[in-house]
Amino acid sequence: MDNWASHANPLLPHGETTHASSVDLLFLGLVASSILVLVLLFFLLFRFAIHYRAGNTNADRDHRIRKSWRLETAWTVATLVAFLALFVWGARLYLNLYDVPGDAQPIYVVAKQWMWKVQHPGGQREINELHIPINQSVRLIMSSQDVIHSFFIPAFRVKHDVLPGTSEEIWFDPRKAGVFHLFCAEYCGTDHSRMTGRIVVMQQPEFETWLARQDVNGTLASQGASLFRQLGCSGCHGNGSKVRAPALEGLYGSRVSLSDGTMEIADERFIRDSILKPRAKIAAGYQALMPAYEGKISEDEVVKIIAYVKSLGGEMGVPQ
Amino acid sequence: MHKMPDAQPAFQFVDMRQQHDVARLGMWVFLATEVLFFGGLILSYSAYRTGYPTGFAEAARHTKIVIGTANTAILLTSSFLVAWAVTVARLRDSRFAALLLWTAALLGVVFLVLKGVEYSAEFNEHLLPGFGFAFSGPHIHAAHLFFSFYLVATGLHAVHVAVGIVVLVVIGLRAHQRAYSDLYHSPITVAGLYWHFVDLVWIFLFALIYLPGRGG
Amino acid sequence: MKNAPNYLTEDNSLRSWLFTTDHKRVAILYFVGITLFFFVGGAAATLIRLELIEPQGHLVTSDTYNRLFTMHGIIMVWFFLIPSIPSTLGNFVVPLMIGARDLAFPRLNLTSWYLFMVGGATTLYAIFRGGIDTGWTFYTPFSTMYSNSHVVLAITGVFIAGFSSILTGLNFIVTIHRLRAPGLTWYRLPLFLWSLYATSVILVLATPVLAMTLLLVGLDRVFGIGIFDPARGGDPLLFQHLFWFYSHPAVYIMILPGMGVVSELVACYSRKEVFGYKFVAWSAVAIAGIGFFVWGHHMFVSGQSPFAALVFSFMSFVVAVPSAIKVFNWTATMHKGRIRYDAPMLYALAFIGLFTIGGLTGLFLACLAYDVYVTDTYFVVAHFHYIMVGGMVTAYFGGLHYWWPKITGRLYPEYWARAAAILIFFGFNMTFFPQFILGVLGMPRRYHIYPPEFQIWHVMSSTGASILAVAYALPLFYLGWSLFFGQRASANPWHTTGLEWQTPSPPPKHNFETTPVVKRKPYDFTIKGKPRAQNA
Repeated sequence: MDNWASHANPLLPHGETTHASSVDLLFLGLVASSILVLVLLFFLLFRFAIHYRAGNTNADRDHRIRKSWRLETAWTVATLVAFLALFVWGARLYLNLYDVPGDAQPIYVVAKQWMWKVQHPGGQREINELHIPINQSVRLIMSSQDVIHSFFIPAFRVKHDVLPGTSEEIWFDPRKAGVFHLFCAEYCGTDHSRMTGRIVVMQQPEFETWLARQDVNGTLASQGASLFRQLGCSGCHGNGSKVRAPALEGLYGSRVSLSDGTMEIADERFIRDSILKPRAKIAAGYQALMPAYEGKISEDEVVKIIAYVKSLGGEMGVPQ
Repeated sequence: MHKMPDAQPAFQFVDMRQQHDVARLGMWVFLATEVLFFGGLILSYSAYRTGYPTGFAEAARHTKIVIGTANTAILLTSSFLVAWAVTVARLRDSRFAALLLWTAALLGVVFLVLKGVEYSAEFNEHLLPGFGFAFSGPHIHAAHLFFSFYLVATGLHAVHVAVGIVVLVVIGLRAHQRAYSDLYHSPITVAGLYWHFVDLVWIFLFALIYLPGRGG
Repeated sequence: MKNAPNYLTEDNSLRSWLFTTDHKRVAILYFVGITLFFFVGGAAATLIRLELIEPQGHLVTSDTYNRLFTMHGIIMVWFFLIPSIPSTLGNFVVPLMIGARDLAFPRLNLTSWYLFMVGGATTLYAIFRGGIDTGWTFYTPFSTMYSNSHVVLAITGVFIAGFSSILTGLNFIVTIHRLRAPGLTWYRLPLFLWSLYATSVILVLATPVLAMTLLLVGLDRVFGIGIFDPARGGDPLLFQHLFWFYSHPAVYIMILPGMGVVSELVACYSRKEVFGYKFVAWSAVAIAGIGFFVWGHHMFVSGQSPFAALVFSFMSFVVAVPSAIKVFNWTATMHKGRIRYDAPMLYALAFIGLFTIGGLTGLFLACLAYDVYVTDTYFVVAHFHYIMVGGMVTAYFGGLHYWWPKITGRLYPEYWARAAAILIFFGFNMTFFPQFILGVLGMPRRYHIYPPEFQIWHVMSSTGASILAVAYALPLFYLGWSLFFGQRASANPWHTTGLEWQTPSPPPKHNFETTPVVKRKPYDFTIKGKPRAQNA
């Protein structure tokens, strides 16, 4: 079942992930249903138009169908049932996109007019390119510095808008090495057409080599640690601080009680919101003292601090 | 039965009753569009209020509740006068109807004057976005959003009140000229509908804008 | 009969036209307006298709290209498609079809035309001053904070035109409710009126939300209120919800009138009543109603919650059912009919085919996982052009030809009309079918520079577009010719039912000598195809 749907269709670029193959199968299903309907409809239209043309006096026009309830109900129900099936099929596949595998490697993407900035956890940076290894799930944590963009990899059949002020995620697991198109798919200004790039999927050893060869200022986390000190975060959140601030060790992935009584998982988006808009979600039992960093630090810097906080321990999906 | 000079229906209508029905239906459809117009704004406001409950409550405490309440009473009174005028006009007592309508219009003017006083006070307190907004405290973004909605919503409402005042004055003039009777009173009916609607919108705005954060 | 004054010949001064309250003249005024805008929007499309012939796009700069597709969208949506059938054919035919002397509010009708023209002039002025580059969808924060183009001017033009839409809708609703001739019950109404009624409900309820949305964008740009700016606590997604809450129902404004026309055409040229009349009638209402609950299908990858996405996807499948019901009923109408191939019928048949293709591809887009792949690609572009151009514009041309004798008192040249219809069908498919392929291959929208592997499909599409351009110009010539040299038309040249055919062609100023009294249902043909007029 792996890639046969893509191979079966000569028109399509091959779907290069498991999700993509499923999408291609769905596509075939949609095409097949459509062709069925069209063939039936066009056959009837042509047949009636020709056979019942005014010039054909021999056609039997007696016994015209009068009562229509049965017919109407029949074709309405048939339509509804077919649509329901397609809905369920599409919905289940869609929900897979929200089911991020636990071992997915995080990579950070910051979009800006008109380029894609990629940061690997090890500190490797890329512009308009994303190198990833084959057979390894990858999770992209994306945000925009300015307007709405959209991260689109046709070969993976995957796309998601990238927004300013919040982070969005997609994931995929490439099954085939190669170079694939990356497009910005949300109109974003003058050079929207040029905001394209390459997804480079490599075999694991080549990928390791590539990682090692990049010029790195330290890992994302270590860069984040420096920022953490420079920006004064350690003043409250560090050891020996006189101010009572929530501890960050083991925070990532844990459940946090908020002052309004709700609970939230401390994922990347939570950490980012806590940095940029701390008053929105105040930890239970703490005062609203933290200054908001919105507008004071760049997207790149936010990404590094998030990486640093994650490095302080904690894990997604593991109860703390 | 004595026929008034302009008690002839317009050419596309069969009789006065059809003309009256058409005028009323037309005004109701128009009011439906207004519901959707203000509704979009109110929905957006509600979305943000759910997102920033503390901030919006904090900001709302800076609204001028006394003026707001007075304005609510003024509009309610004027609506009552207009309703009275509609009834009275049908009884051929048009001159009294004119008086009622003009008083209602006057109340509308008082409403606008008070609104002006309110805006000018808020301008001095730097509470009007786009006009030197400044807000101390942690909820500056929420306050900015709140006052943006406040300004847009009450500003649009004020425009509608102004239009209503003109309509009431003109209809009042016609009533004074004895143009209306039981046979022909659709203009005053639909003007009344419009004015009541403007009043109703204000009630919603009052509740949503002035009252949050002032509860127990 | 020929020398009695009709609505055209009675007082031909410019003043009488510019101050007319006669719905028939207002329809002609609108016709002139929308035809003008069609060619402006078409000029933009021509430049777009020329630019896309080459992958590197040398004809225009990126900024110009961005303004071209924005212009094309704004003009075609608000200044051509939305007013097209309702304000031209609807304005002309509605009072005639219900046996009335005019619409309920003739002066509001004229006002709506002036608003339309002022809105259009404002938008053209914005274009003249340098244009706007936000796309017709005005997404924030690009439109509020980053675009350097004439956003406020353009949205002012659209805002004004929106009032025109609202007044037209209001007029139709009140007219259809209150001005029907004696005996004309709801179930005796021709289906064109059911469709226009449903359209009018959308016009009246959805357009105000657009007005508010554009107002907020304008205020954000001018006063910096920051309502859509995340840096100031705003949410760019709120804009999308508000915008699509209007713009999705808007697309039903842009198809329901076409469906109404097709019902008339299929009945007339099959000489048979529409099969399942009540189902077709209520389907229009269902489309209008359900259409208000599907807007989120434009936002499946925007960052809305998956739960919302599930609901919107489900509702989007549901809203397709009444459209399918109409298609089945039109087909069944032809069964055992007496079919003629006059140009309007060719257009009706083209509509059924092209609308079905467009509608089926809509299912691809309603389907969540597939939409993630093809949203914001040429697949969507192809889909909506199949519906709006293959559907609505085709129906518009069909209706125009059908009612041409009534409106002008002349017959158009039939063979030229059939040739143009066929050429349009061919040119249309050649232009837009390759775009489905482009979308499935992953070509994004609003790109004028693209990878070379897409070129073959673009060249095919642009070739088709040049054929389509010629095909659309043809009616301009032969219809224009017919105004002066066409054979004069009788009251009922198509020998069909319907009250509008019971009055001379062209009609006198007040439509009917005496108010007709309706005695029978519409589309009442005998077995031999002889019509029984509704008031006979």
